[in-house]
Amino acid sequence: MKTGKSLPLILIGCFLATAAQAMDGMMITHSAPDNGRTMSPVGESDHNMSGMNMSDMGDMDMSDMEGMDMPGMKASSHPATLKAQTIGKPLSEKKPRIVHKAVDAPAPVVDIGHHMHAMDMGRWFHGVLDEFEGRYQAGGKSSLRWDGEAWYGGDYNRLWLKSEGTMTKGKVHDGDQELLYSRAISTYFNLQGGVRLDLDSRRTRAWGAFGVEGLALYQFEVQATGYFSDRGVAARFEGSYDILLTNRLILQPQVELNLYSRADPRRQIGSGLADIDTGLRLRYEVWRKMAPYVAVTYDSPLTQGRHMARKRGETASEARFTFGIRSWF
Amino acid sequence: MSHHSMLRRQFLAGLGAAGSFVALSGTGRAELSMTKPLPPLEMDLHITRRKVRIAGHSGEGYCINGQMPGPVLRWQEGREVRIHVHNHMDEPTSLHWHGIRLSSDQDGVPGLSFAGIPAGGKFTYSFPVLQSGTYWYHSHMGHQESAGLYGALVVEPMGPSLLPKADRDHMILLSDWSDVSAEQIVDNLKMQDDYYNFRQRSLASLPEESRRAGGLGAALKSRLQWSHMRMSATDISDVSGVLYTYLMNGEAPSAGWSGLFQPGEQVCLHIINAAAMTLFDVRIPGLEMQVVEADGNPVVPVPVDEFRIGPGETYVVMVKPQKAQPYTIFAQSEDRTGYARGTLTPRYGLLGDVPPMDPRPVRGMVDMGMAMPMKGSMKGMAMPPVIQRTPADEIDDPGPPPLNVENQNVAASPIERVSSPGDGLEGISRRVLAYSDLVALRPPPDQRPPSREIILHLTGNMERYIWGFNGRKYSESGPIHLARGERVRFTIINDTMMEHPLHLHGLWSELENGADDQHRPLKHTVISQPGSRMSVLVTADAPGTWAYHCHLMYHMQTGMFREVVIS
Repeated sequence: MKTGKSLPLILIGCFLATAAQAMDGMMITHSAPDNGRTMSPVGESDHNMSGMNMSDMGDMDMSDMEGMDMPGMKASSHPATLKAQTIGKPLSEKKPRIVHKAVDAPAPVVDIGHHMHAMDMGRWFHGVLDEFEGRYQAGGKSSLRWDGEAWYGGDYNRLWLKSEGTMTKGKVHDGDQELLYSRAISTYFNLQGGVRLDLDSRRTRAWGAFGVEGLALYQFEVQATGYFSDRGVAARFEGSYDILLTNRLILQPQVELNLYSRADPRRQIGSGLADIDTGLRLRYEVWRKMAPYVAVTYDSPLTQGRHMARKRGETASEARFTFGIRSWF
Repeated sequence: MSHHSMLRRQFLAGLGAAGSFVALSGTGRAELSMTKPLPPLEMDLHITRRKVRIAGHSGEGYCINGQMPGPVLRWQEGREVRIHVHNHMDEPTSLHWHGIRLSSDQDGVPGLSFAGIPAGGKFTYSFPVLQSGTYWYHSHMGHQESAGLYGALVVEPMGPSLLPKADRDHMILLSDWSDVSAEQIVDNLKMQDDYYNFRQRSLASLPEESRRAGGLGAALKSRLQWSHMRMSATDISDVSGVLYTYLMNGEAPSAGWSGLFQPGEQVCLHIINAAAMTLFDVRIPGLEMQVVEADGNPVVPVPVDEFRIGPGETYVVMVKPQKAQPYTIFAQSEDRTGYARGTLTPRYGLLGDVPPMDPRPVRGMVDMGMAMPMKGSMKGMAMPPVIQRTPADEIDDPGPPPLNVENQNVAASPIERVSSPGDGLEGISRRVLAYSDLVALRPPPDQRPPSREIILHLTGNMERYIWGFNGRKYSESGPIHLARGERVRFTIINDTMMEHPLHLHGLWSELENGADDQHRPLKHTVISQPGSRMSVLVTADAPGTWAYHCHLMYHMQTGMFREVVIS
């Protein structure tokens, strides 16, 4: 039963990962075949070429496929051949062999004293606190909310820490701490996997976590993570978009949605689409790393969670005036 | 205060040395060297690090013999030099002689040429100087070059100079300076690639854009197009005048450097771009410049009003100011967020007006390598030239680069842009130098056609701030092997939407700019324009391991670097 429910979420995760790659690759199309066709037949006069071509391929370090794929495609990017075709040089013109060896030969690099090699292999440590804010409601409940992440690592492999939570009347709820390994998988997306701990004033829960985060088409920042444990599965989707009013005054709509396969009354979580946390923040980047903001935020349990809240006698949903500081290092 | 003024004085002393370098060239040296070889030219360079204060901000800077920029070195063609470099710092260092042809173990690239000059250590460079012209030297260690470890270098010719006779010479070394460390800048760019770009398209700029694009619809369409690509049309310079103070001979633009002239004199300006991340557009309002040398090699004089100079490039221009008035040397950064400024003046203290900066360029589809001929020709863009290239027997082609973690874009239809002066300079009323204007005075030494063509794609991912060749950064790729004596063509396809000044160490890059094979200019650094295809011919006559890299420091350091091994 559990697996039955968790499968769709895992599939969603996988879909997002592949979609990310697909999206990255979508924008370019190549129009090589035409030129390729004119290139590929064995040349009229280059009787020596076909043989040499083969031997070149043989003694090269070309165990990888790239060396052999589509010589026609490669030919297309050669200006000399193009010119020869268009200007209509005599047929006796030599046709060049296409090879792939000097460039990116996987030979060891020279590195006397180990100065150069590590140049582009820096490791970085950054953190961003996207939300650090007070949410106010006259006569109602007020809370302190934070949502941030930090990472350490290089271009491909990173250790990623995420933390969020809300404190109301001295009690923390919605506390979510994640420790993930992050791997760059495409131009704009990272695949992430690790553990999530719901650590706050309520019952502690542990989950396995797996998801993607990155920059979607049209520059939407997105995160989609699936979680699994013996209590079922869950998923979270987060997205935000920066609208530049000026280069320092930025309006950012943001939304976070949580889904659970099973209700968890001790954490006051309903099943299905459990809750939403959204906001419209207007920040001013005094400098890049420090931006105070004002916002309207809205958070609410949804569907079953909403009924549970009503039963407890709580106001289910609230739009609140909010101000805070976005900062990063 | 006293500390500050002392430093200031030392700077001025250094600049005095630079500025007062008055024509000495070509005075019977040839006969001397023919009769009796001169003893090696010995010099000592002491490298230190200390707090320097520029434009009210103090930061860590590197000094050579107490100066930043370092002293102007003057060598003579045909004479050996012996340079003793003393490292007085607690970090290793190096000096690289940019554009000088020498044996590879003297080239000064730590890791490739030698092990670097250790902290507190000493290294003696020793090699014969076999060329003349204007060059420069700089550290090739870590981030030292971006913090001031550079200086100008002039080599007098053995015979009579091929340059027009000058009454006066001035060195003009352009650079960018920040009190924020280079490590910090790269760190910021890794987290947020547009960290230093405060001129992005916003709601506030929409009316202006609509006006230019000819309607709100067109403006919005363009925005949608760019955001679909997840790139920014306003990405001109990764690091801008928001952070940088642009310097001319180490002087901030508030007053700027000044050089003297007498009306009617022929003044020769040796211009060097030693900036870490800035392409400069240089002009002297009111004066026509004759470009007479590019990257150390004399060219047929080209009269221009302006020229673009990329990091690493050097130009020599002649001007003939007739009036006894100050003339402003105005070097705008390509992104128009600031400028370096100096003055040619009949007397010190007399400064000219500073012209307003031009509108900043905006990248277009041409820069993405998606040239649409119809639109392009409408913008007053120069027609792509037809360049005759002798086909090579063999083409080493990696094919289009992959779209991966390290590469964001593939130029689907790159075009020749050697006849374009560059983004922001096309279709303006001033005459601006283009690479196709460069015609060498001396025929290139090697007339053979290339036997091999090597295609290199310049790639990068701005979002992650990773740069490279063929979709790979340096640490993931092996060297490019050339056989000794081989003649190759490097075809450079720029798949990124930025300029990359490519510097090949130790070898000349003979630019295929449309000139015939007797007149192709030799360069040590060539700007590859965004979305362009260009080619250079290289004779692999110097064995050893050489660096081939983008001279935008942070592009190089994040991967746009290759080794070229000649054996």
